[in-house]
Amino acid sequence: MAGAGLLNFGFEFVEIFAFIVLATVGLAVIFGMMGIINLAHGEFILVGAYATTFAFAASVPLPLAMLTGVVLTAVYGLVLERLIIRHLYGRLLDSMVVTWGISLVMIQLTRIVFGNTAPGIGIPFGQLPIVDGPVYYLVLAVVAVGVLGGLYALFMWTDFGIRARATMQDEATARSMGVDTDRMYMSTFAVGSGLAGLAGALYAPVMTITPEYGTGFLIEAFVAVVVGGASVLVGTVLASGLLGTVNATVTNVAGTFMGQVAMLIAAIVAIRLMPDGITGLLADWRESRGESQ
Amino acid sequence: MSVESGDGPFAALRRPFEGPNTMGNSPAFWLGLAVAVAVLAAMPVLFGLYAAEVGAVFLAYALLGMSLAFIWGYCGILSFGQVAFFGVAGYAFGIVAINAATLTGLTVALLAAIAVSTVFAAALGYFMFYGGVRDVYVTILTLVVALVLYTFMGQTAGGEWTIGDARLGGFNGMSGVPDLAVGVGSTGVEIGLLGHYYVTLGALVATYLGLRALVNSQFGYAMVATREDEDRTAMFGYDTTFIKLVVFTIGGAVAGLGGVLFTTQNNYVDPSVFGITAAALPVVWASVGGRTSLLGTVGAALAIQFVDYRLALSGSEWALVLIGSLLVFVVLLMPEGVAPRLHEYVLEYREDADPSPVPREPPAATEEVSD
Repeated sequence: MAGAGLLNFGFEFVEIFAFIVLATVGLAVIFGMMGIINLAHGEFILVGAYATTFAFAASVPLPLAMLTGVVLTAVYGLVLERLIIRHLYGRLLDSMVVTWGISLVMIQLTRIVFGNTAPGIGIPFGQLPIVDGPVYYLVLAVVAVGVLGGLYALFMWTDFGIRARATMQDEATARSMGVDTDRMYMSTFAVGSGLAGLAGALYAPVMTITPEYGTGFLIEAFVAVVVGGASVLVGTVLASGLLGTVNATVTNVAGTFMGQVAMLIAAIVAIRLMPDGITGLLADWRESRGESQ
Repeated sequence: MSVESGDGPFAALRRPFEGPNTMGNSPAFWLGLAVAVAVLAAMPVLFGLYAAEVGAVFLAYALLGMSLAFIWGYCGILSFGQVAFFGVAGYAFGIVAINAATLTGLTVALLAAIAVSTVFAAALGYFMFYGGVRDVYVTILTLVVALVLYTFMGQTAGGEWTIGDARLGGFNGMSGVPDLAVGVGSTGVEIGLLGHYYVTLGALVATYLGLRALVNSQFGYAMVATREDEDRTAMFGYDTTFIKLVVFTIGGAVAGLGGVLFTTQNNYVDPSVFGITAAALPVVWASVGGRTSLLGTVGAALAIQFVDYRLALSGSEWALVLIGSLLVFVVLLMPEGVAPRLHEYVLEYREDADPSPVPREPPAATEEVSD
C-alpha cells in the first residue's frame, strides 16, 4: 500500500509543519523585527490557550473563543511591552533574562490561580478517512499557511508594514521621516504576542492544558528560529519545511520520539553548517552571486 | 581598581587570588570571607544534622551558580543550560555508582561523572564556538540542550532503559544512588551526612579560590578581554574561540561537580534537574547576585534557595513568583546585580571617609553570612 503510506507521510508532514510554523511565528516576528528573544513565548501561548478554554467553557462558540484568546494575548503583550520590554531594547541578553523571569512568574501564577488542570475542549470536525488522524490537523495547516500569507501581506503591502520595517531597519531615520517608532515597536510586539496566542488557542483542543502547556512549544519554536535565522517569513517557512520533513520521515518509520530526536539532530547539523541560519546562508549566496556578475 | 598586595598579613598568600578582575582584595574582605566560611561550617553544630542535610543542597546549587557566573560574568558566554552539565553528572554518577557500589567503584563514579560533564561541555562548546555560533544563539542552543535532556530522560520509564542495575526511571527518577565515598579497595572513607556537608563546603571554597586565581591570571585577562571585545582581542593575536571553549569546559566541570554533590546528597536524581524552572535558577542567582562576582552569585544562590525552602516548608506556592519578580526587578533597576552595586557603595563610603588615593575593596556579598 504505497499510496496509503505516502498519504500517511503527507499527513504527518502537514501536522508537524503546521505545529512548527504556528509555534514559531510569534517568536520569529518579535525576534526578527525587534531583536528580542522572548523567553516568555511559551507563556504567551499559555494565555491564548487559557482564554480560549475558559471562554469555551463559558459556552462561547469555539471560533469566537479562539478569537478571544488571540485578542487577550495581544493586549497582554501590549501591556507587558509598555511596562517592561520597552526598557530593554538594545539590551539583548537582559531582555532574555527578564522575559524568563516573566515566564517563571506566569507559570506559577497560573498554577496558583487556576490549579493544575483546566477544562478541556473536544477535537472538532471528526476523523479523516484512510489516514488515522483528525480533520482538525488539516484545518491547522490551512490556518498556518494563511498566517504566513497574512504576515507577508501585512509587512510588505500595508502602510503599517512599511513603517514597521523602516523602524526596525533604521530607527533614527524612520523617526525623522515622521514615523511614530514607539508605536511601531508596541504594535509589532502586540502582533507577535497575538500570534503566540493564536498558537495556544488553536492547539487548546489537541493538547492537555496545564500550567506547563507553553513549554511543549518551546523546543520547536527556538530550534526553528535558530535554524531559520533573522528573516522572519522565509526563515520560518524554510526551517519548518526542513525540520518538518525530517521529523515526519523518521516518525513514519520509527515513531514519534525518534522523529523528534532526528529533528533535533538535523537542527544541530544545520546550525553547524549555517551559524546564521538558513536565511543567513541565502544572504551570503545572494551576495556572492551579485559579486560575480 | 588597584591591586593592593603587599600590605596586611598573609600578603604573599593572598597574591595569587587578587587582581583587578575580582572584587574584594583587601585584608578586610578576606577576614569577612573567613568569618562567612566559619559561620557556614558551624551550621550543622548550631542547627543539627538536618541543617547539614538541607544546607549541602544549597551549597551544591552555589557551585552550579558559580559555574554560570564564571562563564557569563568573566567571558560573556550566557548559557541557559548549565543544568545540563549538573544533571548529566548526577545521572552519570548514579549509573556508575549503582553498578559498582564499592569504595573503588564510588571513587571511579565521582571521577567518571565529572569527566562526563566536562567532555559533554567540551563537545558542545567545540561544536558551538568552532561552528561560529555566537551570542543569543549560544544561549538558546544551551537551553534547548537542557530541554531535550528533560524530554529524553522523561521517556526512560521503560525497562529497556536500564544500564546494568541502574534504572533511569523516566519522570520517577533514579533512586537508590549511594552516598559519596573515596578510597581504593578496602581502605578509604564513606562520606556520611555530616561529612557530605563539609565535603560540599570544602569543594565550594576550593572551587571559589581556584576560579579566583584563574580569573586573575594571564588567562583570566584574556577571558575578560574576550568578553569586552572579542574581535579586538582576536586582532591582538589571542585565539578567542579556544579561550571560550576552555572557559565553557571549565564551567561544565564545575557544574558537574555540583551535580554529583547534589545527587549524592539526595541519593536521587530525576529529569526535573533539566526542566525549564531548574534551568532558570542559575540565571536568577547570577543576575541577582551579580554575574561579575563569583561570591555574589554564591551568596544569592544560598539566600534565594534558603527563602525558597522556607516558603515551601510553610506551604506557600509563591516562591517562584517571588523569584521571577526579583529577577525582573533586579535586571531593570540594577542590571549589574547586587554585589557589584554594594561594592560601589563601599568604595564611595571609603573615599568619603578616607581621602587617600587607594580605594579598598569591600567584603562583597555579606548576605552569605546571614544564612
